[in-house]
Amino acid sequence: MLFQKTAHELNTLLKAKEISSEELTEIYIKRIEELEPRINAYITKTHELAREKAKQVDAKRVKGEKLHALAGIPMAIKDNIQTKNVLTTNGSKMMANFIAPYDATIVRKLKNADVVLLGKTNMDEFAMGSTTENSYFGATKNPWNENCVPGGSSGGSAAAVAAGEACYAIGSDTGGSIRQPASFCGIVGLKPTYGCVSKYGITSFASSMEQAGPMTRDVEDCALVAKVLCGFDEKDCMTLDVETPDYLTSLGKSIKGLRIGLPKEYFEYGIEKQTKDKVFAAIKKLEELGAIVEEISMPHTEYALRAYYLLAPGECSSNMACFDSVRYGFRGGNMVNVADMSRESRTLAFGRELKKRLMFGTYIQREGMIKDYFLRAQKVRTLIRQDFEVAFKKYDLLVTSTTYAPTYEFGFKQAEPLRVYENDVYTASANLADVPAITIPCGLVDGKPVGMQLIGKWFDELTLFRVAHAFEQATDFHSNIPVIGGEINA
Amino acid sequence: MPEKEYETVIGLEVHTELKTKTKIFCGCSTEFGGAPNSHTCPICLGLPGGLPKLNRQAVEFGIRAGIALNCKVNNVSLFDRKNYFYPDSALNYQISQFYQPIDTNGYLDINLADGTTKRIRINRAHLEADAGKLIHMGESVLSSEGTYVDYNRVSVPLLEIVTEPDMSSAEEAIAYVEGLREILSFVGVSDCKMEEGSIRVDVNISVREKGSNKLGVRAEIKNLNSLKHIVKAIEVEVNRHIDALENGTEILVQQTRTFDAEKGKTFAMREKVNAADYRYFPEPNIPPVIISEEWIESVRKCLPELPKERRQRMVQQYGLPIYDAEVLTSSREMSDYFDTVLEYYPDAKVISNWMMGELLKALNNTGQSINNCLVSAKMLADLLLMIEKGTINGKIAKTVLDEMMKSGKKAEIIVQEKGLLQVSDQSAVLEVVDEAIDANPKIVADYLAGKDKAIGALIGQIMQLSKGKANPQLANELLMKRLQELK
Repeated sequence: MLFQKTAHELNTLLKAKEISSEELTEIYIKRIEELEPRINAYITKTHELAREKAKQVDAKRVKGEKLHALAGIPMAIKDNIQTKNVLTTNGSKMMANFIAPYDATIVRKLKNADVVLLGKTNMDEFAMGSTTENSYFGATKNPWNENCVPGGSSGGSAAAVAAGEACYAIGSDTGGSIRQPASFCGIVGLKPTYGCVSKYGITSFASSMEQAGPMTRDVEDCALVAKVLCGFDEKDCMTLDVETPDYLTSLGKSIKGLRIGLPKEYFEYGIEKQTKDKVFAAIKKLEELGAIVEEISMPHTEYALRAYYLLAPGECSSNMACFDSVRYGFRGGNMVNVADMSRESRTLAFGRELKKRLMFGTYIQREGMIKDYFLRAQKVRTLIRQDFEVAFKKYDLLVTSTTYAPTYEFGFKQAEPLRVYENDVYTASANLADVPAITIPCGLVDGKPVGMQLIGKWFDELTLFRVAHAFEQATDFHSNIPVIGGEINA
Repeated sequence: MPEKEYETVIGLEVHTELKTKTKIFCGCSTEFGGAPNSHTCPICLGLPGGLPKLNRQAVEFGIRAGIALNCKVNNVSLFDRKNYFYPDSALNYQISQFYQPIDTNGYLDINLADGTTKRIRINRAHLEADAGKLIHMGESVLSSEGTYVDYNRVSVPLLEIVTEPDMSSAEEAIAYVEGLREILSFVGVSDCKMEEGSIRVDVNISVREKGSNKLGVRAEIKNLNSLKHIVKAIEVEVNRHIDALENGTEILVQQTRTFDAEKGKTFAMREKVNAADYRYFPEPNIPPVIISEEWIESVRKCLPELPKERRQRMVQQYGLPIYDAEVLTSSREMSDYFDTVLEYYPDAKVISNWMMGELLKALNNTGQSINNCLVSAKMLADLLLMIEKGTINGKIAKTVLDEMMKSGKKAEIIVQEKGLLQVSDQSAVLEVVDEAIDANPKIVADYLAGKDKAIGALIGQIMQLSKGKANPQLANELLMKRLQELK
């Protein structure tokens, strides 16, 4: 089926003129129309724009213009990334009617590559959450099991790709929001090194940790999309002014002799046995391929989650202050003066999880608190970074599980909120240390996907792609596809 | 009369707009005025996804001001967020420097009325973004039905300069603000136009019993934008404090207050418990600002001579009176103009007289300012040289200068066109002298009868008859000679 193909496969077909972008786009639109009532991966569909763009790309191809490998291939973008003249809701009632007046830098880059945008994907409100249940637009279902969450906050992007409602998607990752849903939905997801991808035009949640990244069917697509997203942007002074390497050159290389660290602390947090077995089987595969895997200790890991849940809400409480309903956004409630207007509107428009984090973030930044909590957490962050510095002196990369278990049923968050937060143990350290991390499928547990996470050195996405690709070539986990929708069943 | 003696302790926080072309965190224009919200973009409007991008020129101005104010310019400084909800701020936080400002530990020496100087210590100067403007409909905030917000001023760069509590009177506070304005405008970092709000002053004030070493309860009076208001606000605030201490009229609490110029009173805005309410934390979107010693040195080298040094040079080197030196250094442009004239014309006092007298008068009359004056410094020097050479006399020179101010023509050309060359030919001047004597027998008679003053009237006649062109010295000489003959 075409909607199961990777971008590089589709590119071959498009180049050979075996199919047009317009035809391809119609196939995806049909798929979306069929599955959306069940999956709810999209908040906004931009099908007319997609058709128009596909037509343009086809015309360019007919003229023989040189096109990007992603040109004409339908994809989706998470709804916290500003797209000019298209709704950008952030999954929130607050921004339900907000049409962004400008393009995020990465959207501009994708447009330059002539991609076809199918729509904006569902997400936890303002990217806070790991189930996509915290969306004003309703939860997204996991295509592998519709009783289960797709993960979050980029749950819409992950589900869209897994269900064949987009060839690939863009997500954003502040504590695991690309990797955890990618893992839950059985796809590949990369959180690039902090400073690799411009944040300009991406709604800020925790500015010091978030990065946008690709969510794809395989590693080659991931490298292809990452190459478009990464690179210096004068509009984001946290991007580093270095040449982005051609990630595709890392594919197909041997991993013989590469040294991989296995941080033991990551397997001490109630990881479920079946998940652990899958990840260890994958690690064995890496050894078979010639990598040297050794257990190491990263002693500050146990503090990572706590530091993350102080720093992220802290930064978030300030970043969310611009949503005051003065210039844009929802406005309602009893308004006598401007302070009421902001307070009432925020009270009515913000969801429960967001309010919880705002209150908590504000509280720990108060006088008498900030030194003991927020500023101390920043020091802990430095220690965690040092753990990685020490590890990377000896090892080329690290391997862990992406989550402690596969996806769970809806409502689990209400029953076990701490257990849901705990999932971020595996992913949040990479955000705190600014290092790149990729998740790739490594098997199924009870018919639900499990992911292996590889964590690399700063700006060394090349090694991640190299190892991930070698693993993918030696296994067939990535060809596991959820059985959903009429065409497959037929 | 108060029973006890009190003293006032004052510290100032001065906000100056830096005159960069673009805002501190985005590329929008900083120009004053403009249609509301015309100088805005996703960044300064606080749209989702906007990110600050630090303006290098603002940092350089921060370095320049720091050097001029004898501060330590820090090699590493950081930006922080000051969080508070107010609709004039698009983000509801201000990006400022709290933990590690660009400049620290400076001072400014102020001149006091008794001729002494006093050193006012500067605790710090930090860069930050300005807020927007609220325009309330109706008479006042309270009766207003609504409020307009103009974000043009959002993110205009500010340098906030904070002193130690080293001043003890309104006079000292004024001397400090004036000294600061002078330096900041001389080094070219700010226009310091109080009327446009490009310099705004917060006064921290407390009163204590004289001799006590404990500070009294502090009030902060916000946003004073004229020297007059500063003086008045300090006066009424001191009286309020003394009244409270003496008569128990109220219990003083640490407060932020506002000054109502019409009522001549200060009012409480909010109680200021402490600064940490602002939840200052490091700005995650701006990396640390690294300022190398080389950068600081290169800025130092390009720094113009400061007004105080210029005055010293004028007095000591050129022998000008202090008064002249002060007038001539009232602005950088004026002072530079003087220095340029001096390059072409050697007599500093003559230049000073002409600049302070005729030039300033002509500037006023024609509505020009020294920087866009049609008469360049070189042109003025040429005019003065013509007087010295006797080509024209001083009186003619004044009319020539007026003409130069109007047309922008050189003195030489005006003199030629209008035939204003001084007449120094003996027989020609004698002719006019005789004519004056013949036409004024009564004045001549008065003089001969012993009224020496009458000579002035005769000289006047001679100048009139010669249309001002007669060489005055020669005319005087010849007239005396003729009158001597008549005796």
